[in-house]
Amino acid sequence: METAKRPDAPLIFTHKAKNALRIAAACPEALALGLSPGLALADARARVPGVQAVDHDPAGDARLIEGVADWCDRYTPMVALDPPDGLMLDITGCGDAALIAADAVARLHDRGLTALHALAHTPDKARALARYLKAPPLQGRGWGGGCLSASLPDRKNVSSTPHPNPSPEEEGLSIAALELPDDSTKALRRAGLTSVADLAARPRAILAARFGEAMTAKLARVLGEEDIRITPRRVPPALFVTRRFAEPVARTDFVLEALADLVGEAAVALDVRGQGGRAFVAQLYRSDGAVHRLDIATGRPTRDPALVQRLLRERIDALADPLDPGFGYDAMRLAVPVAEALGPAQLKLEGGERGDTDSGALIDRLGVRLGLQRVRRFAAGDSHIPEQAAFTFPASAPPLPLPFASPEAGEPPLRPLHLFDPPHRIEVMAEVPDGPPRRFRWRRTVHDITRYEGPERIAAEWWKRRSMKGLTRDYYRVEDARGRRFWVFRHGLYGAEKANPDWYLHGVFA
Amino acid sequence: MTDSFAKLARLRRRIDALARPAQAAAGVFALGVESLDARLSGGLAIGALHEVVSQEAACASGLALMLALRSGAKGRPILWVVTDRAERMSGSIYAPGLIELGANPDDIVMVHAPDELAGLRVAADIIGCAGVGAAIIDAGEAKKLDLTASRRLALAAEKSGVTGIVLRAGGSSFASAASTRWQVAAAPSLALAGNAPGQTALRLELLRHRGGIAPFEMIVEWDRDAQSFCAPALSGALLPLSGGRSVADGDRKAA
Repeated sequence: METAKRPDAPLIFTHKAKNALRIAAACPEALALGLSPGLALADARARVPGVQAVDHDPAGDARLIEGVADWCDRYTPMVALDPPDGLMLDITGCGDAALIAADAVARLHDRGLTALHALAHTPDKARALARYLKAPPLQGRGWGGGCLSASLPDRKNVSSTPHPNPSPEEEGLSIAALELPDDSTKALRRAGLTSVADLAARPRAILAARFGEAMTAKLARVLGEEDIRITPRRVPPALFVTRRFAEPVARTDFVLEALADLVGEAAVALDVRGQGGRAFVAQLYRSDGAVHRLDIATGRPTRDPALVQRLLRERIDALADPLDPGFGYDAMRLAVPVAEALGPAQLKLEGGERGDTDSGALIDRLGVRLGLQRVRRFAAGDSHIPEQAAFTFPASAPPLPLPFASPEAGEPPLRPLHLFDPPHRIEVMAEVPDGPPRRFRWRRTVHDITRYEGPERIAAEWWKRRSMKGLTRDYYRVEDARGRRFWVFRHGLYGAEKANPDWYLHGVFA
Repeated sequence: MTDSFAKLARLRRRIDALARPAQAAAGVFALGVESLDARLSGGLAIGALHEVVSQEAACASGLALMLALRSGAKGRPILWVVTDRAERMSGSIYAPGLIELGANPDDIVMVHAPDELAGLRVAADIIGCAGVGAAIIDAGEAKKLDLTASRRLALAAEKSGVTGIVLRAGGSSFASAASTRWQVAAAPSLALAGNAPGQTALRLELLRHRGGIAPFEMIVEWDRDAQSFCAPALSGALLPLSGGRSVADGDRKAA
């Protein structure tokens, strides 16, 4: 935040709209002075000479909201963003709703954030209550304000018949809560229908005939009659265990010990379910609101606490900036986002499966240390274009079913061991322009060709791109005087496709 | 209680007795050419480090793959460590090319290390893991692979029984704890009908052997279908050299 010359001066955030600097958001004092969002900056300065204007930073706002959303993971895994400045938490079965709400608001207040919250049985109702009942001045993004809506579905209260008697909160809810287009809102007001409660009492069919199905659907949601579940930012994990500390823990060894306990707890829970985790996420909640996240993935389901702990340690060692406990962590959570069936543990006495499992665990470990993208397996591609005939994918992903073509017995190798992608441009001398190469220069070395085979003509995939067909390639397998074998091609048919086709070196044979 | 402890101890002894011969039998793997294996007194050691020095990256990779296949990695994965720099310089490993040499691409796991040091670190882990069939480590210029580092790898290989093959891009006078050191280069193949390049032919030169076997040089072919080296069909391609090595030296200089 910019340092203010006069800390008590009203603060406004400006952005450029319709060729003028306009107010995007304003602090409560500024709002009270009538500096509402949408007003031009020049007008605002004229009205309140001492006003401080700061550039609006939507990306920064989004980052802040994301950070708060991460932080809210401590209450429930079901956290969704509720644009522009709200969060939606599904706290079903997470404990006493009122306590959670009070705790969240108090902690956010400690961080300098003003939050408004509402609890309701459905997300839309909670949103309407938080935004339009409690916070009329916050309309249009107020100062550091945010809305925290929490829904606790209680199926008993969800009825499909029109609402017989609206609750006291609904009485006060204005029709703005329906977030209808401006003309519909105006038409409703003109008809004398100013609150949601007024609408609830009317027959829906008539409203639908005048304002459309969307309006009655929205009304049903705001009234809590229809329950649309939220889509959380992250898929809720199959299993998670949480540990809260009475006071913040700042020493790394204690953190690791507590993490080991959590891993053990998760392993027991997985064992009971007959499952193993394919991915584990440790989240460390620091007392100042920062959340550290450690992700690990395994190639096959596991619930071996020693293995998971080792992977977590590797992850911590591989962090670009080491884990900084700062003033300490006040909670941590180990989640298992992906769990798969895993039979009862095998005894290692027989030693039967041990070797195999070992290499799987090794590949997991390498993936954690170097990054999953750096440990790869081969897969066949469904194409005859050489560089697309095979590709690699992370070893942690499930294997692909397409088989590789097997070569004919007795044939020499027809495909190189090393492939250059993209191919290297070479200078070639040939006796005739559409004949085999005689001599070529690659990396400042001249190679005299003594043996060759070809051309093997590979056409471009003309059925994929009608307009740009691409050029046909004529591949030659060549061997130079010293026995080095290369795979070169002429790009384009001489005369028919290109006047003077280029040559490329695509690969080198063993 | 004591009874069960005694039982456990007996069982442990029995398991130890069963496990030891398996380790001793690890021994050597033959390369498949009689004269070559005779010179190497049986073949190359399993659970040891072998070095391949070459200016030609594809030949070095090819030989490493062939040795890995010969060392009996069947069914177990072959882990192949390459650095980003090596991949930029000499191209990436191409799966159809692996098949052409008789390997199953599904058995091969490529490990891409950002630099040489990271590559050597993961190499130590890979070689130390008994579930691995064979490890191929492309050390590139091998500036970080000194005596200590290679000794670490060799000890890990000895302990786990995994055969490690280290590829070096250049130089031949450096200290290392490897069991053997080979120099490899492409050799002219036997032309097929129509003067087409034939089966993969390599010129192998043993530079150093820990068992004290004298250096020699030999041209071999690779038979994909039998997954074995073989002597080239052309008589006279074999260069039996001992002592002087003058022919080979002259040949190499001329080339």
